[in-house]
Amino acid sequence: MSAYKIIDHEYDVVVLGAGGSGLRAAVGLSEAGLKTACVSKVFPTRSHTSAAQGGISAALGNMGEDDWRWHMYDTVKGADWLGDQDSIEYLCKEAPAAVLELEKYGVPFSRTEDGKIYQRPFGGMTKNYGNETVQRTCAAADRTGHAILHTLYGQALKHNTEFFIEYFALDLIMKDGACKGIIAWNLNDGTIHRFRSHITIIATGGYGKVYYSATSAHTCTGDGNAMALRAGLPLQDMEFVQFHPTGIYGHGTLISEGVRGEGGYLVNSKGERFMERYAPNAKDLASRDVVSRSIAVEINEGRGIGKEQDHVHLHIDHLDPKVIDERLPGISEASKLFANVDVTKEPIPVVPTVHYNMGGIPTNYKAEVLTVNGSEKTVPGLMAIGEAACVSVHGANRLGSNSLIDLVVFGRAAAKRAAELVKPGMKHDEIDNSETNRCLERFDSLRNSEGSNPTSELRLSMQKTMQSKCAVFRSEKTLKEGVDEIRKPYEGMDSLSVKDKSLIFNTDLVETLEFDNLIRQAITTMDSAYNRKESRGAHAREDFPKRDDENFMQHTLSWCNGSKTKISYRPVHRSTLTNDVQYFPPQERVY
Amino acid sequence: MVQFNLPANSKVKKGQYYKDNTGSKNIRKVNVYRWDPSKNENPRIDTYEVDMDNCSSKVLDILNKIKNEIDPSIAYRRSCAHGVCGSCAMNMNGKNGLACTKAHSELEGDIDIYPLPHLKVLKDLIGDLSTLYKQYESVEPWLKTTKKNDKENIQSKEDRAKLDGFYECIMCACCSTSCPSYWWNGEKYLGPAVLLQAYRWIIDSRDEDRKERLKKVADELKLYRCHTILNCTNACPKGLNPAKAIAEIKKMLATA
Repeated sequence: MSAYKIIDHEYDVVVLGAGGSGLRAAVGLSEAGLKTACVSKVFPTRSHTSAAQGGISAALGNMGEDDWRWHMYDTVKGADWLGDQDSIEYLCKEAPAAVLELEKYGVPFSRTEDGKIYQRPFGGMTKNYGNETVQRTCAAADRTGHAILHTLYGQALKHNTEFFIEYFALDLIMKDGACKGIIAWNLNDGTIHRFRSHITIIATGGYGKVYYSATSAHTCTGDGNAMALRAGLPLQDMEFVQFHPTGIYGHGTLISEGVRGEGGYLVNSKGERFMERYAPNAKDLASRDVVSRSIAVEINEGRGIGKEQDHVHLHIDHLDPKVIDERLPGISEASKLFANVDVTKEPIPVVPTVHYNMGGIPTNYKAEVLTVNGSEKTVPGLMAIGEAACVSVHGANRLGSNSLIDLVVFGRAAAKRAAELVKPGMKHDEIDNSETNRCLERFDSLRNSEGSNPTSELRLSMQKTMQSKCAVFRSEKTLKEGVDEIRKPYEGMDSLSVKDKSLIFNTDLVETLEFDNLIRQAITTMDSAYNRKESRGAHAREDFPKRDDENFMQHTLSWCNGSKTKISYRPVHRSTLTNDVQYFPPQERVY
Repeated sequence: MVQFNLPANSKVKKGQYYKDNTGSKNIRKVNVYRWDPSKNENPRIDTYEVDMDNCSSKVLDILNKIKNEIDPSIAYRRSCAHGVCGSCAMNMNGKNGLACTKAHSELEGDIDIYPLPHLKVLKDLIGDLSTLYKQYESVEPWLKTTKKNDKENIQSKEDRAKLDGFYECIMCACCSTSCPSYWWNGEKYLGPAVLLQAYRWIIDSRDEDRKERLKKVADELKLYRCHTILNCTNACPKGLNPAKAIAEIKKMLATA
């Protein structure tokens, strides 16, 4: 593969991805004096963190009494007891400090009457271990992710982080089970770059684009997850895909849960506020999996709205227009643009839409990637954070506003741990060219594909299969069909067609590499779902409607080699990190 | 007498014509600027006949349809598809905007799609924004405060409201690349996008560096190349008003 010009770099740490978690890690690493490169396929502020709307959870107690232990209980329950409670303790305990830090960085949070950070109610967030609604979700109107992302980019600039922007990462460099860096393709000039690093932090986000309809950006292709799979590492809990209850019907644009937090509610074709039947206490603010399933049942039972009776309505037209203007300006704009709806007068047509991946690269609470076979041993030199990681704090279902806090808490934790492990300027190992060659052979063969299947067709086929066979409700039949069908687009790569052979901004090849990444995750998702014969959180099996703690209070691990998968399990951590809080044993989950 | 003319290799030529092959009765012609840096060829305009009966409502949907179904080699940036990431800024029928929020029904006749004006083109619709990003860095877009991290700043609702209309900027560069003054002096004049960002930090009540920030932008070229043409405000796809931000900075300097 000498045809490609390779440029070598040496860094103490390489962060792959420049969304909320990647940037927060990069800031901490630069502060610690480590030579840090942040590599991203898009300019940092284009990352999908910018699309997060409603807020970031932390028990600040600005709007009434709160306690991080209550936040922890809510998260454990929201996760349907699949979360690791040591990690969840760490998340919730560190959350208030992490939000105050963001405020000091300059995030323009909305304010209370006395000038403190404004907090709103959110799904599943309660007081006193499930008793009543609490206001815990810190908000910058309904543009919280955008505000945080831009602020973190500013901090990274302040700390002189070195960015490699519009570089598409191809693979990890592995040697004797340890990660030694990454290989990336510079879209700006077509060169190949080899980054050697003592630690590589994967912060590449989720892979929502395996589905046809998702709130995810075009760029949410889980590139880091696929790199881990190609390096022979497993992904964890991939069957747990969150459907957000309120994506705009027909377009998929997110309508924040903050809308229901501010008093919005759902109705069916009979005008009923149906959530009262499914979640008598929390109603429209039950956790997302519960609300999405309820909408799906309403539609399946013929109470959907519209010609096809395939969606429901979200009302905020009863709210004071001033409140909408101050706290929900972004969703007013999106509703106008994508549903042609004036939210002060009409309801928004919504439908459950793929939104978040609870699964990802298994890590401990220090963000270190875990090795195989249930052992808690870590992979030297490799970390993962944010949506790419499965810490696991979200378990089987993430609570709204717990993702943004996950980004900053574990971004910070990764930087801290890296600073313990690496001393500035440590010498790098020699690595031979075999890994580079293998990576570039894949790159070159995809680039020179002369077959008959365009990437876009294979991608569409994958997305339609995931959408129909691995949806809100699943069964043995749909999943079995899905397991077979999802392999077809993979096999279609044998006769792939890539028209553009150039190396500068070859977006045909970018999309092909992204598809190669997506299809591996689609396969592990489908196979993991097929093998989990219970219902838990976002994974709802019609044929196994009950949670089965005896057999399945375990994390799924899935390896993928070509289209072959191997499925195994790892026990959920059944203890807390410290004695500051007691372990919450499994209970029935009702809202 | 001196004659001004475009260099021969930058003249835009007529490119390929992609005829509809779906038999649709509802066709729109879409003309797209193409340039491939790896070929030694002039830029060209390719024309695609697009079946509008099977195309969603936004210009980005047209581009995706072309890329997925007609010509995979076409290059453009896109990500969030709902107007928050700022990737797909381009020039559509002569006006800058985001392809993902611009409805094609609002465009008359054939649709002409070009990169943002006056940027170095990297490929097809992808412009080089590196100068603008460096200018953004130069205004030091972070909060300067000596307060410790363990307690939040108190900011009144009124002070926070001053940031509305400015913090929402998505840095798509629609405004700066619509500004004739920025076209002419883009290396030195900061331009509306960056000045709006500068203003956002100048007026943040939590920031302790207002005077220094103002001093830094008070420069004949950095700031005063704004001649209140107001193309910027007209171009902003988020409905923000960069011209007002610039005017406010000038006013603060005049009354300081």
